[in-house]
Amino acid sequence: MIEYRIDRRSGVAPYMQIVQQTRQALRMGRLGVGDKLPTAREVVAATAINPNTVLKAYRELEHEGLIDSRAGVGAFVRRTLGRLESSLESPLATDLRSWVMQARESELERPDIEALVKAVIDLEFECSTSTEANATEGTPS
Amino acid sequence: MNNTSPALEAINLGKRYRRGWALQDCSFSLPAGSVAALVGPNGAGKSTLLTLAAGIATATTGSIAVLGDVTGGRGPHSRLAFLSQDQPLYRRFTVEEMLHFGRAMNGRWDESYARRLIQDCAIPFAARIGTLSGGQRTRVALALALGRRPAALLLDEPLASLDPLARLEVMQALLAEVVDTGITLMLSSHVIADVEDSCDHLLLLADGRLQLDGPIDQLLATHQLLTGPAGGQPGWLAGDAVVETRSSTKQMTILTRRTEVSRPSDWLAVEPTLQDLVLGYLRSGGRSQGEMEPAA
Repeated sequence: MIEYRIDRRSGVAPYMQIVQQTRQALRMGRLGVGDKLPTAREVVAATAINPNTVLKAYRELEHEGLIDSRAGVGAFVRRTLGRLESSLESPLATDLRSWVMQARESELERPDIEALVKAVIDLEFECSTSTEANATEGTPS
Repeated sequence: MNNTSPALEAINLGKRYRRGWALQDCSFSLPAGSVAALVGPNGAGKSTLLTLAAGIATATTGSIAVLGDVTGGRGPHSRLAFLSQDQPLYRRFTVEEMLHFGRAMNGRWDESYARRLIQDCAIPFAARIGTLSGGQRTRVALALALGRRPAALLLDEPLASLDPLARLEVMQALLAEVVDTGITLMLSSHVIADVEDSCDHLLLLADGRLQLDGPIDQLLATHQLLTGPAGGQPGWLAGDAVVETRSSTKQMTILTRRTEVSRPSDWLAVEPTLQDLVLGYLRSGGRSQGEMEPAA
């Protein structure tokens, strides 16, 4: 069974860390369809985060269609995430490696590269979420 | 008592000692099942609020209801347990004798439950209290408090004297109790980092007054931390929304209640962390921050 590790200094909200670690486990094949996620009590007893935080994370995963929560029974994996795109041999990873090599040739240090990657990711996601927000505006659901 | 009553509800609660007011105009409602952090600098009134809620001290003004029953000098509520900073343990007693004491002192007592809590942390029943570590003593005190099967447990600085591992273990045990029994917890701390991920509700005290209270998610979502170029307070921002402003030579940081007003593109807005929020409110009161520790 997956064990969550909450890093209090990461700046990422604990519920999001659970979501991310679950997605990661699905991608890496450490969790498969039908596998049971730890109960809220098990996560709380292992991490000392608030029980509502665990439930919030599981709601998010359920909303994404990744897990099914069955009252009184537990939460189970419903589908996995594609592994290929995130493996180190995938075309995306190969492209990224050549980009990192270029960055190193331009004499960027590791922290510079990490900061640049993070800034670009933040920019991309901020753009896409604001477009999504605009797109859904005025379309009552 | 009924299930819809808040675990704790204070109305204009106040306490004056000979040296002055320790707590004033304190009103809040804490839903049952909450895990509340009672946060503030030393001397802010945290212990006063806890002893009033526990029925140990008598309110000078107002009232505090536990599960719908108004206490106030009528002694501890039968469904509420309080763990004071100086845990009520006898150093020369064994754990077994402490349990015997708990059984004798309490009308309502779940012996097998108290024993299981002790066994869960592998403390021998024959061990003397004085030989236990701080973490183990806290676990014994918790077992004695929880053996009464309270609906609410108040803890005054339960983590203050513990090492990081024991802190984690005590919080783990407390939160497992929340999941298992739906108990309401209120714990005071002057270290935000100790409690921020474990709690879902905040009560912030400074100078004997409640500065802020509510569900943490909601408090964070209704505030913004704005960062922009140095200068005077921007005109586009309504003054009454501002909680605290800080400037350096290059940059200005403003904690505000969330507004939908559009801001210039050189201003960045993020949701504050609990620490941003707490420190912002404490500093805005112009109070000395010497004793509020942001991190462990």
